[in-house]
Amino acid sequence: MAEPILALKDVRKSYAVGLSTETEVLHGIDLELESGGFVALVGPSGSGKSTLLNIIGLLDRPTSGELAIAGRKTSELDDAQITHLRGHRIGFVFQSHLLISAFTALENVMMPMVVSRGHVTEAIEARGRHLLDRMGIAQFANNGALNMSGGQQQRVAVARALAMQPDLILADEPTGNLDSKSAEVVFTLMREENARSGTSFLIVTHNMDLARRCDRIITVVDGRIGGSPE
Amino acid sequence: MMRWLSFVWIGALRFLGEGRLQTGFIVGGITIGVAVIVFMSAMLAGLEANFIKRVLTSQAQIQLLPPNQIARPLRNGSSEIEDAIVQRPSQRVISIDQWQAIAHRMEALPAVRAVAASMTGSALAIRGDASRSVSVVGIQPESYLKVVRLSDYIVAGQLRLTSDDILIGTDLARDLGASLGDKIIVSSNGGARRTLTVTALFDLGNKGANQRNTYVALRTAQSLLGVLGGVTEIGLTINNIYDAENIAREIESSNAVEADSWIKTNAQFFTAVQAQKYTNTLIRLFVGLSVAFGIAAVLVVSVIQRSKDIGILRAMGATRGQILRLFLLQGGLLGFAGSLGGSVLGAAALVYWHSMARQADGSELFPLIIEPSLFVATALLATLTGVAAAMAPALRASRLDPVEAIRG
Repeated sequence: MAEPILALKDVRKSYAVGLSTETEVLHGIDLELESGGFVALVGPSGSGKSTLLNIIGLLDRPTSGELAIAGRKTSELDDAQITHLRGHRIGFVFQSHLLISAFTALENVMMPMVVSRGHVTEAIEARGRHLLDRMGIAQFANNGALNMSGGQQQRVAVARALAMQPDLILADEPTGNLDSKSAEVVFTLMREENARSGTSFLIVTHNMDLARRCDRIITVVDGRIGGSPE
Repeated sequence: MMRWLSFVWIGALRFLGEGRLQTGFIVGGITIGVAVIVFMSAMLAGLEANFIKRVLTSQAQIQLLPPNQIARPLRNGSSEIEDAIVQRPSQRVISIDQWQAIAHRMEALPAVRAVAASMTGSALAIRGDASRSVSVVGIQPESYLKVVRLSDYIVAGQLRLTSDDILIGTDLARDLGASLGDKIIVSSNGGARRTLTVTALFDLGNKGANQRNTYVALRTAQSLLGVLGGVTEIGLTINNIYDAENIAREIESSNAVEADSWIKTNAQFFTAVQAQKYTNTLIRLFVGLSVAFGIAAVLVVSVIQRSKDIGILRAMGATRGQILRLFLLQGGLLGFAGSLGGSVLGAAALVYWHSMARQADGSELFPLIIEPSLFVATALLATLTGVAAAMAPALRASRLDPVEAIRG
């Protein structure tokens, strides 16, 4: 059996509340995500989805438990190794697209590669244009990131998440701020990329229609995996 | 996107470019600050150079003189007197003892660049009915001009000093009604008289000096003043004019001479120059601090405004070091851009002020000294100030938690 792209074992996360009290928001999460999967993560607001996504995305560390990305145990990595792993293995699509306004659409897509490589190369620019073309927004390459519609911006965000050819893309409510038509376009593009490149997707969504179109639905309720998505 | 630029440069330039208004204001502020520093530094350097030129081109940087003549009462003699009344002796014109040996020793000192012996005494300059009391300075032009740049002050004639020549100031020439080629009689207190030909007129920029000073050949002065073969002064030019006082003290401690440095003989002017320097340093320091605080304030605001961008960049794999450098570079770029504008503005203000500010006689108030090194130093200092000022905001940016930053 192929090694899972993501494996969480008894992952817990607590936050300090006041000086002496701690609140646990994730209560021993066990989860495995197979490589190439297209998985929905659903659950009510405040259930711990975003916290879980931040931990999986290596933006936050669990209080206890083990997280492995592509077989690498993250608890054994220092900050620089975590940053490297995050930059090379994981892509992010945020709810409010979060493009960098100082850059053009193309530059936003190129940025993960530029950060990794240190400077722009011809190959990086070519890949950036190619990704925009795949998202159907090549004509907006030189537009300011914020001079586009919400749907177009989210497509730029998807292209940016794909830039480093990551193993896993984490999408936090990628269609949450979009109209239904744009949401459909963005979802379809992600599905196509999953099929084309084999990149795994973990999509946090409140939209059960979209969730049902994923390969698998994982439900988080009160900081635990399981329960009814409905 | 320019291919040769690194990620840090691209980010810094874009962030500064996007906040145009903010960037414009702070660069404007830095420009004014740097312009003040450039203007003040160049003008004060000019004023100082002018002062030093005026002082040191008409006198040696260190003057070695014969020791004061002191009358000492006899002690333990056969006719000892308990309450001696010692009369202060008059100071005759006497030569420096062993002056040639002293001059050779001075030439051997590494701090000394030039040595010139001269003979000075008072005399009367007479032409027709007019007579004026003058100071006769006997010099050997070839060595004396290395110590006192008399040639810079010649306004008519040629600096030629045979035994029958004399150089006089423009004001003395007017008082005596003398011009080039005219003969004047120089009579010493001892009764010696010489008829000398005026070969050049000089203007030392000081009416008193122009009326009083006259220059003749050393042998002529020795014969007029009755000190054959002697000299009353050995003038020194040294490598660092601000070491003059220390060197003078060292010379005095090991030679039978009195050593006066230009710092001592122009104590008030020197103090004024020093005070001016301290003031300038303080002004530069405070302007530099205001520039630094301005840059820091703008970047602190920028870090807050760009926290989401920082979070995204961190999520995309940007290291803390890259984020730190991105903001440090912004500080450096702000400082550098301001220094360029400030250098141009400061230089323009200096040129304008130089053309407007004149002395009473219409001559320039200060020489226009625009040293490229000043601009290089200013640009370097402003850039470093910008980087230093950016340190706190840059550290803050680099330490931002990506989750918190993205959440805003």
